[in-house]
Amino acid sequence: MIEVRGLSKRYGGGQGIHDISLTIAKGAVTSFIGPNGAGKSTLLSLISRLIPMDEGQVQIAGADVSKADSRGLARVISILKQSNQLNVKLKVGELVEFGRFPHSSGRLSAEDHRSVDEAIRYMELEELRGKFIDQLSGGQRQRAFIAMVLAQDTDYILLDEPLNNLDLKHSVQMMKVLRRLTDELGKTIVLVLHDINFAAAYSDSIVALKEGRVIRHGSVDDMMDPVVLKEIYDIDIPVHNVDGRKVCLYFR
Amino acid sequence: MKLRYLFPVLLILSFTSLFVGVSDIRPWELFQLTEDQAEIMRISRIPRLISIIIAGVGMSVIGLIMQQLTRNKFVSPTTAGTTDSASLGVLMAMIIIPGASPLVKIVIAFAFAMAGTLVMIRIMERLRYRDPILVALVGLMFGSIVGSATTFLALKYNLMQSVGSWLNGDFSSILKGRYEMLYISIPLILLAYLFADRFTIAGMGESFAVNLGLNYRQVMRIGLAIVALVSAVILLTVGSLPFLGLIIPNLVSLYKGDHLRSSLAHTALLGAIFVLGCDILGRIVIYPFEVPIGLVVGVLGSGIFLYLLLRRRAAHD
Repeated sequence: MIEVRGLSKRYGGGQGIHDISLTIAKGAVTSFIGPNGAGKSTLLSLISRLIPMDEGQVQIAGADVSKADSRGLARVISILKQSNQLNVKLKVGELVEFGRFPHSSGRLSAEDHRSVDEAIRYMELEELRGKFIDQLSGGQRQRAFIAMVLAQDTDYILLDEPLNNLDLKHSVQMMKVLRRLTDELGKTIVLVLHDINFAAAYSDSIVALKEGRVIRHGSVDDMMDPVVLKEIYDIDIPVHNVDGRKVCLYFR
Repeated sequence: MKLRYLFPVLLILSFTSLFVGVSDIRPWELFQLTEDQAEIMRISRIPRLISIIIAGVGMSVIGLIMQQLTRNKFVSPTTAGTTDSASLGVLMAMIIIPGASPLVKIVIAFAFAMAGTLVMIRIMERLRYRDPILVALVGLMFGSIVGSATTFLALKYNLMQSVGSWLNGDFSSILKGRYEMLYISIPLILLAYLFADRFTIAGMGESFAVNLGLNYRQVMRIGLAIVALVSAVILLTVGSLPFLGLIIPNLVSLYKGDHLRSSLAHTALLGAIFVLGCDILGRIVIYPFEVPIGLVVGVLGSGIFLYLLLRRRAAHD
């Protein structure tokens, strides 16, 4: 369980996040949605100690994030930010091996190698293992980074816009993999997503942010409601029932 | 390219280097040297060979570390203010403590190099435009500003000649008793090897590093301290060797990638080979005179650097 209490981070011009309290359930997929500048990425970075908080507290599985040992945290929670601007020339295999760094400090044991192999298989990267990541397409590269996070083998996985750079097919594949991680391995996954329909199709609960505050938090059913969506996005979004699933038609 | 090809090349060049010079010593005389010849070997040729290898390895390795930590392939100690700051430090030591021992000079040069590098990194972090070449240019400007302060002070205190001597790398003045400080860089290079994985991770950026539980700030500080200290030591013994820290890591990255654990040894060996080759060339090109190593490395290095720049351009278009 992730417990966020009274969390604030201020940037210039009223940006940042203000007094957020939130409980994220263990063993579930939770998506953050909301307009640009709502503070979704900031919240994700604060939860995962990438940036220091101004006020408040974050507890992950009972440990206070701002006080816990960073190395120990790296075995409990992993975070992947948007990775498209990385231009380091590493092979896919080498990148995934770095996921074991918190466990092994660079000297990989047999168990570490097993985790690496497993992660590569899970993301279907066997054939690309020896390629440099700067030779891959955006989608392949994204999968390589997710494989690294899988090798890190943490109970909590935070992903900032994991569908960026992915085409439709790979987006669906990615979401299915994430869903499987929760269903089969019991991982707790928190995502920042732009597409509400993807969020609705694969999440257990959805958190809506706007102007640095959590304005709604509920099950997919509660959130996929024209009144709620209007409140979040300031436009009328009709919700239709297609084969028992709620789908937003926000195109016109 | 494999390490097992680089090693023999280094050995052959090292051997050649011992027998190039004004005094004739033939390879077949190696086991029956006259007293004079043995003396030349001991006092001049062997110290020269050792200092070339250490300086070549040192400059290339710290260039690699600096590029990794700044995440910029066009940054190096000689082009982003580290060496310039170190030489300002040496000058200050000469002005403030006349007759300072070499060790004192190194400590002060190191302090200046470290401070200069940290300021440079701060400036780079604040730049709005992150184009690598532009960032590298800013580094070049920063280095020139520090350099002009050095020139100004040197003129004022009539020390221009000494400054000139260490600004241009030169192995011809290396003699027994005047190069041993270079040995300080050996444990530092070994330390760099131990930190190879951490430097690679830090090179992926702060959030990537923190995610893996790495103490990013500490790794940065250790890396930059290695860069600053090795720069200071080499500056004070051999002098400035431009371009080396820029081109060798870039050449190795082309075929070996950026995983320091696998590229560090290649960078070190290729650096030593390049400097040895340049030194031998400088010694025979206008024999019996010598072209200073700084000049040879500069000419060949800038050519290779241009090639790397154009190649990058071609890859982008």
